[in-house]
Amino acid sequence: MIDLLLPTVSQGLLWSLMALGVYLTYRVLDIADLTVEGTFPLGAAVAAEMLIKGFNPVVAIFVAGIAGALAGIVTGLLHTKLKIPALLAGILTMIALYSVNLRVMGKANLSLLRVDTAFTFVKNMGLTNTMSVLVVGIISTLFFSLLIYWFFGTEIGAAIRATGFNPQMIRAQGVNTNFTIVLGLLLSNALVAISGAFIAQSNGFADVGMGVGTIVIGLASVIIGEVLFGTRSFKNSLISVVLGSVTYRIVIAVVLQMGMPPNDLKLFTAVLVALALAMPMFKGKIKARKVAE
Amino acid sequence: MLRIENVSKTFFPGSVNEKKALDNISLHMVPGDFVTVIGSNGAGKSTILNSIAGVFPIDSGKIIIDATDISKMPEHKRAKYIGRVFQDPMLGTAAGMMIEENLAIAARRGKTPGFSWAIKEEERQAFREMLRELDLGLEDRLTARVGLLSGGQRQALTLLMATMQQPKLLLLDEHTAALDPKTADKVLKLTRSIISRHHLTTLMITHNMRDALRFGNRLIMMNAGHIVVDVEGMEKDRLTIPDLLALFEKAAGAALDNDRVLLG
Repeated sequence: MIDLLLPTVSQGLLWSLMALGVYLTYRVLDIADLTVEGTFPLGAAVAAEMLIKGFNPVVAIFVAGIAGALAGIVTGLLHTKLKIPALLAGILTMIALYSVNLRVMGKANLSLLRVDTAFTFVKNMGLTNTMSVLVVGIISTLFFSLLIYWFFGTEIGAAIRATGFNPQMIRAQGVNTNFTIVLGLLLSNALVAISGAFIAQSNGFADVGMGVGTIVIGLASVIIGEVLFGTRSFKNSLISVVLGSVTYRIVIAVVLQMGMPPNDLKLFTAVLVALALAMPMFKGKIKARKVAE
Repeated sequence: MLRIENVSKTFFPGSVNEKKALDNISLHMVPGDFVTVIGSNGAGKSTILNSIAGVFPIDSGKIIIDATDISKMPEHKRAKYIGRVFQDPMLGTAAGMMIEENLAIAARRGKTPGFSWAIKEEERQAFREMLRELDLGLEDRLTARVGLLSGGQRQALTLLMATMQQPKLLLLDEHTAALDPKTADKVLKLTRSIISRHHLTTLMITHNMRDALRFGNRLIMMNAGHIVVDVEGMEKDRLTIPDLLALFEKAAGAALDNDRVLLG
């Protein structure tokens, strides 16, 4: 049991960076950003390519984050400057990134089997495979969660949050909402790319198709986290998203153990997210019925 | 102070819905002026406020605040000079953020946000004092989300936010229209006390004739994109509601047509 649990938790932590990125757009900015479907494999591609070229894993992950940030800026400018609806702007960048990712990697799949990664780096300090993934997962999640918590406690972070709640209000307070939206998309996609960089290293490969369903997995983590662990404050929400990501991985591991074919995983996730998104409506109906009685 | 010179604005030009909202309007306000604005449906009352605030660009003319031409400035840059309260109580505050977070944003109105903390500890005490003066029991609820407040509380908070960094011009767009009469009266009295304490230059749209007469030192009436009546001082003080209706009819050539206007 513990043999299954630890790797699952580790995976959940590495994926939680992506979920935090989705949280920043979907909840904080109130934008459903599909760019993440392209930035997740972008981060994986950039990191894989750099690791193969012999760069230090930390540098590779950092550059992957920069690449994701740039993609986020593109979506942000398409949306704010060219007035393209956010959903469509994200789709455009996502599609463009498919070609970019192929160019970065030179082919559809890069293996990292005999390459030094962030995990081999930790493993060399005398840890087992499983433990090294867990340690990297804990450290990266803590580092980025604290960074996000700090940033959104600053004036500029507060301005981004206010933009999501009420753009009219924050403009009336003198903040350029075009800027805050671009900045939010930048941060979100940097996190997603960094998550992609970690996942590629933990899976041992980067693949051009690995971004399919990223947004749905992110939404599943955000919503599961919010329902189970609460949204009392910004800090509480961040913790909920991380725990939601871990819970999602545990749910997936359990249904796979129970014999669900892995090919049905995306269908399962989509249904799960659809149900979770419909929750407020179900709750409303139940409440209405109770009032009627 | 505020000079609006020959400003025109047409919505949906060239389409069947074309609407000339402001037709070559000019208005000068001196420092300390408190102008109330009333008018018929679609007279251009909100358009003039939104033009000043920069919600949309004007077609022609100039808007000048204290020798600064703001006609082409984007909305967020004008915020340095202008405090605003909207008709919809939801619009002035960020519902999902705490009272203190909203106040802290307002305390930095017009400044570029940086990397220092969004709220400083010493600010909390000042916020508490300001909220106590509102007398709405908000002083002990600094960390409550604004979405939990009533419409009246939110408008009072928005008013505080619009004025805590003293604006050169305060724009009030029927800010009590969505409130019940008792709350509306309380918010209006609060408005008056804040305006007179800080000697704020104010433009207030209202749909209530009595309020238009009761508040401010100057009153303008609008019709079809024009200012048709402009009275101030003693002349305004002597006016009654029937006088006002008669003035409007004489100037506009038609009876005041506003399905929301309150005469009493």
